[in-house]
Amino acid sequence: MNTFHADIVAGAELPTRTFQIDRALLVQYANASGDQNPIHQNEEFAISVGLPNVIAHGMLTMALVGKYVSDLAGGSAAVKEFSARFTKPVVVPANAVVDLVVSAKVLQNEAGLVKLELFAVVDDVKVLGMAKAVISTS
Amino acid sequence: MLNPDLVGRTFTGVTSTLVSQEALDLFCAVIGEENTEIAPPTFSISITLDQSQTLLQDSGLDWSRVVHGDQRFEIKRPIIAGDQLVCSSTIESARAVAGNEIVTVRSDLHSGDELVVSTWSTLVVRA
Repeated sequence: MNTFHADIVAGAELPTRTFQIDRALLVQYANASGDQNPIHQNEEFAISVGLPNVIAHGMLTMALVGKYVSDLAGGSAAVKEFSARFTKPVVVPANAVVDLVVSAKVLQNEAGLVKLELFAVVDDVKVLGMAKAVISTS
Repeated sequence: MLNPDLVGRTFTGVTSTLVSQEALDLFCAVIGEENTEIAPPTFSISITLDQSQTLLQDSGLDWSRVVHGDQRFEIKRPIIAGDQLVCSSTIESARAVAGNEIVTVRSDLHSGDELVVSTWSTLVVRA
């Protein structure tokens, strides 16, 4: 079911949802996406290139936020545009489960299209910036 | 360094990528998507990342120093299993900022004459 009706107006805040990220999910995403960059799997390598630890693929974070958007939209078919800036890396230590907290605000609801601003936060730090999506409601 | 003469030129793949149901299943499983009949919104990156690196391999872009800055998708219709997608990649812009190069790569996926998805990646090539 599409979340959006004509009465959902600009400024409306949409429910928060938490996604969990661990090392196993990074391996799963690497295999699904083909992005086998070792900074997302190998702690020694990540530290050797100046990172604090293994970091999640920015595109994994975006994929999870995309799932949030698809669910609001009543399915992926209604998602027309999706964009984000990778502002902070999501650090994933071994044996840790990192909570990615996703929420959204309605920017516009007109002519069968809803524009959303999206928020993706880990430990109170925004990990995506300028994240937006356009959803078809028709 | 990126060859500045290549900015604005489009490189089109000579072969297509067949989207398998297995590829959709794997991607959907990562994000907990139960509808595997169509691709999730960011699935196309699994094709364009690899394809654009191949298409732009002679551009002088040093992929080993690349950090992903931002990403945008315009989805004309969802990708489905059985799609035969041809990737074309264009370096839309390149500029130097504080010793780094900021490069915007557009990659389009076509099925025959139909544009299925356009993507833009901003890449920061660290000095």
